[in-house]
Amino acid sequence: MNIVVLVKQVPDSGAERNLRSDDNTVDRESATNVINEMDEYAIEEALRIQEAHGGEVTVLTMGPERAGESIRKALSMGPDKAVHVVDDALHGSDALATSKVLAAALGTVNPDLILCGAESTDGRVQVMPHMLAERMGIAALTGARKLTVDTNGAGGATLTIERQTEEGYEVVTASTPAVVSVWDTINEPRYPSFKGIMAAKKKPVTTLSLADLGIPAAEVGLAGAYSAVVEHAKRPPRQGGTKVVDEGDGGVKLVEFLASEKFV
Amino acid sequence: MLDLDSLHSAEELEIRAVVRRVVDERVRPYVRQWYEDGTVPVRELAVEFGKLGLLGMHLTGYGCAGASAVAYGLACLELEAADSGVRSLVSVQGSLAMYALWRFGSEEQKQRWLPGMAAGELIGCFGLTEPDHGSDPGAMRTRAVRDGADWVLTGGKMWITNAPVADVAVIWASTAEGIRGFAVPTDSPGFTAREIRHKLSLRASSTGEIVLDEVRLPGDAVLPEARGLRAPLSCLTEARYGIVWGALGAARDCLHTAIEYATTREQFGRPIAGFQLTQAKLADMAVELQKGYLLALHLGRTADRGALRPEMVSVGKLNNVREALNIARQCRTILGANGISGEYPVMRHANNLESVLTYEGTSEIHQLVIGERLTGLSAFR
Ligand SMILES: Cc1cc2nc3c(=O)[nH]c(=O)nc-3n(C[C@H](O)[C@H](O)[C@H](O)COP(=O)(O)OP(=O)(O)OC[C@H]3O[C@@H](n4cnc5c(N)ncnc54)[C@H](O)[C@@H]3O)c2cc1C
Repeated sequence: MNIVVLVKQVPDSGAERNLRSDDNTVDRESATNVINEMDEYAIEEALRIQEAHGGEVTVLTMGPERAGESIRKALSMGPDKAVHVVDDALHGSDALATSKVLAAALGTVNPDLILCGAESTDGRVQVMPHMLAERMGIAALTGARKLTVDTNGAGGATLTIERQTEEGYEVVTASTPAVVSVWDTINEPRYPSFKGIMAAKKKPVTTLSLADLGIPAAEVGLAGAYSAVVEHAKRPPRQGGTKVVDEGDGGVKLVEFLASEKFV
Repeated sequence: MLDLDSLHSAEELEIRAVVRRVVDERVRPYVRQWYEDGTVPVRELAVEFGKLGLLGMHLTGYGCAGASAVAYGLACLELEAADSGVRSLVSVQGSLAMYALWRFGSEEQKQRWLPGMAAGELIGCFGLTEPDHGSDPGAMRTRAVRDGADWVLTGGKMWITNAPVADVAVIWASTAEGIRGFAVPTDSPGFTAREIRHKLSLRASSTGEIVLDEVRLPGDAVLPEARGLRAPLSCLTEARYGIVWGALGAARDCLHTAIEYATTREQFGRPIAGFQLTQAKLADMAVELQKGYLLALHLGRTADRGALRPEMVSVGKLNNVREALNIARQCRTILGANGISGEYPVMRHANNLESVLTYEGTSEIHQLVIGERLTGLSAFR
């Protein structure tokens, strides 16, 4: 099975993250960048399917030059190769434009299965799998906490997911080709092995520009975006908390506080 | 402070990051309890480490990762930042037991043991020290004698890391043809290993006493390429190299703990980190730590060029373990009474480093090695 995993480089959600003051886009220069956490689960799932059914796993990333670091990290977990879409004109692209670019890049690999994280920790829009499926005319199975692959012998497969919902889960099936997005409940990603880290350097990474994909620069980037951040402000510093001094009525005061904040 | 990370390749830093993560997730949350209980889940840890490629990581082939000496050093540092006992597990498996088989073993011995040991499914130990022969292993009493095609081993080994849990013991014994090494399956009749209890140091490590009561081994159990004391000593050089880095990890953990503590602990109305005496301690420790790091890295790069000599490793082991122990003790003072508590890692590191100071050649022996190199006069051989 030919699997592509979408991997996005994002600013580390554990560190301070900022928007740029000039164009309100995510500041990717000064941030410590990491692989979007949910994407590691997608990589793990792809590797497990490959171990069971064979085939090839390709990492697909759209992002600036330095996203190459995340591609190497992703490859060190075990995928065979990568495609990196990099073009200065892509800066500031919204989800619609990104899906157009990724769909075109996916067309160069022709995957049976596209795996991705359910959301990215910077955008958190959760629309990419749907948009990609729509553009490619294939099924989208989103929000999986479990994925089962039944191969049909003719190169294709039936995919069954347990789709995580607030109340429980739904069972959804589709046949390949399809897009599947996963939550972090689906597996436990492996650590990259030392052999994996050393081998990652030698794995092929294909770089594609907008021209390679036949997409006009005007349709992507900040200028081509249907949505953009108009302005932003820092979150105000946290206010000092309320101090309750116990003068025999501490319990009452605490309950009053909890009630006023609608905790009880 | 000195931007030492800039001296490393991206690959080295990635390997370090992975070890750090595994240590944070699989070791740190539990190690205090292991230490207190005096037990450590060697087998589970070994499998976990094996998956990464940590065991025998600087060796090539037979399932080993084939990483650089510097990468191996960084891994030792991160492991020992959690606990010297956990680093010992990896040192003994990779640098002593696996290295001995890899360097001196026959092809059949390598095929039989190394892949399982690299994966962490088989545990190895290395028996050189005896109850009456520590710094002077050449005088060992354990004997191996030929009996037809077989070898028969009799004697005992003491202070052998991982012995109680090992599947294979590399045992060094005196023979008619000098000191030779043997790959001894620990289920061989006559082989017993007893856990040494009541240790006050390296408690998160399994240490044993081995008794060899006429252990009969087939002729092919002898390591064909190992002849004379030089063979086990070359294994020790490998493991010592890891200690040169590892000790810095313990020291770093102590220093971080002390800085954190000193900046939050207030006496006389302000953080104790604000007192000049405390700052002098912290500054001196940071300087020693970074000097030690440069020394370790120099040895690592020299090893990767294939030019590392045993006396260089003696310099590294002598300095870095001695300084690490000084740092641990100094940090202990900064933590005051809390310094003796198991709630903080400092006393545990300090106690562990007492073992590290002694094993793999005591500080005195390393002084003698360096002294011999300087003067041409051997004070001990
Ligand atoms: C926790 C732990 C784990 C260990 N694991 C292993 C293992 O896996 N395998 C293994 O084979 N061994 C192992 N050892 C043993 C270790 O290598 C020895 O303890 C070490 O070599 C010192 O030997 P000794 O304890 O017999 O001390 P001794 O040799 O008796 O030394 C006692 C003191 O005398 C000093 N001394 C000795 N000779 C001289 C001299 N000529 N000049 C000046 N001073 C001298 C020493 O420096 C030391 O201070 C371990 C030890 C410990 C504590």
